[in-house]
Amino acid sequence: MPKVKMPRNSPSLDMTPMVDLAFLLVTFFMLTASFRAAEPVMVDTPSSISEKLLPDNYLLVNINKEGEVFYNITNKDVRIETLKEMGQRYNITFTDQQLKRFSVMTSFGVPINQLPGYIDMNEANRIKYKSTGIPSDSTDNQLSAWVLSGYKQYQINLAKKKSDAQAKNEAFDQKKLKLKFAIKADAKASYKDVKKVIDIFTENEIYQFNMITTMEEKPTAN
Amino acid sequence: MADVNTGGGGGHGKHDKKRAKKMSTKIDMTPMVDLAFLLLTFFILTSTFSKPKALDLAFPAKPKDTDKINKEKANGISILITGDDKVYWYPGQLKPESEVQLTNYSPKGLRMIFTNGNSKIIAKMNALRKEAQKWDYPMAVADSIFNAKSKPIKGDQDALVVLIKADENATYKNVIDVVDELNITDIGKFAIVDMSPEEKARLLTLK
Repeated sequence: MPKVKMPRNSPSLDMTPMVDLAFLLVTFFMLTASFRAAEPVMVDTPSSISEKLLPDNYLLVNINKEGEVFYNITNKDVRIETLKEMGQRYNITFTDQQLKRFSVMTSFGVPINQLPGYIDMNEANRIKYKSTGIPSDSTDNQLSAWVLSGYKQYQINLAKKKSDAQAKNEAFDQKKLKLKFAIKADAKASYKDVKKVIDIFTENEIYQFNMITTMEEKPTAN
Repeated sequence: MADVNTGGGGGHGKHDKKRAKKMSTKIDMTPMVDLAFLLLTFFILTSTFSKPKALDLAFPAKPKDTDKINKEKANGISILITGDDKVYWYPGQLKPESEVQLTNYSPKGLRMIFTNGNSKIIAKMNALRKEAQKWDYPMAVADSIFNAKSKPIKGDQDALVVLIKADENATYKNVIDVVDELNITDIGKFAIVDMSPEEKARLLTLK
């Protein structure tokens, strides 16, 4: 009987497909990842069984443990226009550079007179900066002004988008693009503080909210 | 000591032409692969797939809805949320003789009250859920059909109406917890309203 000869294999194997795959995945993750900018406020939200995701277009009010209020709105153009309008209202002029920097910022919680200085800070200093929240009491209700002008500018922007889409004969899903009002409050925040913010919204005839929560499992036995 | 190779001195025969060394066409890819996997691991670990979850909540418009709430108070219950994670409840309208009872946020507390009061609706909703499992529509379509079908059930006349009232000592978590219990027990008719002075006074006597 002839001896069975094992075929001699080279110990080095072809890594090309593996490398291809690895780079494909790297590219995918790099392109899809959107870095979350550091928020100036730490909020530990309560949990709920809700499985609904936060919509893409929102006006967000953060409330931290101390009841300080922070404001954020999505969409770059809307942010620029909102800041312009607020500047006019409070007689503060923002430079083009400040407008541009503001458009890519996340939520902020400073009174409007401190805002130019806050925008000019670099990222690291901004995180270190001790925000005091946006004034929201009846004597100087800046939060109400922010909410109102943010909403107004969003609607203007939406109308523009709509007419653009119609001019190009494209489909336009107004329902999907509707601005949602989100409240992200700390679990330990006093309800009184949250209520104050909700009252500001209801005064401006906004009654529907998305309360941001972390998910918890739904109990099955009931 | 230090010899300088003058080269060419002796002559090495006929093949004097310099020949380029034959290089292998394969390069060592290991460092590249290391880097690729390092990046891959980094992106996988840092990327957060989950967007934050949102709990829908509607607040009543101030003047318009109070009449409706008062009317519905009769077949509803009120939840009084106060400090120290304490929660009280009473059925119907607050009368001097009505009993304000202490309960808690555990499944045996609020959830029991809601389940008992809303049993008809829960049964209907569970039946709908069972039915929905047999549907073979695409996810999004099934969801919208389910929502459309559950709306009239939750808005039914028999449905329990819950009024949530929080005082200034309550935390935000308490309120969200109650709303969450309402969602678990399929209660669609609820409102978050202000606590009346009578209720506040009543709570003081209970402490």
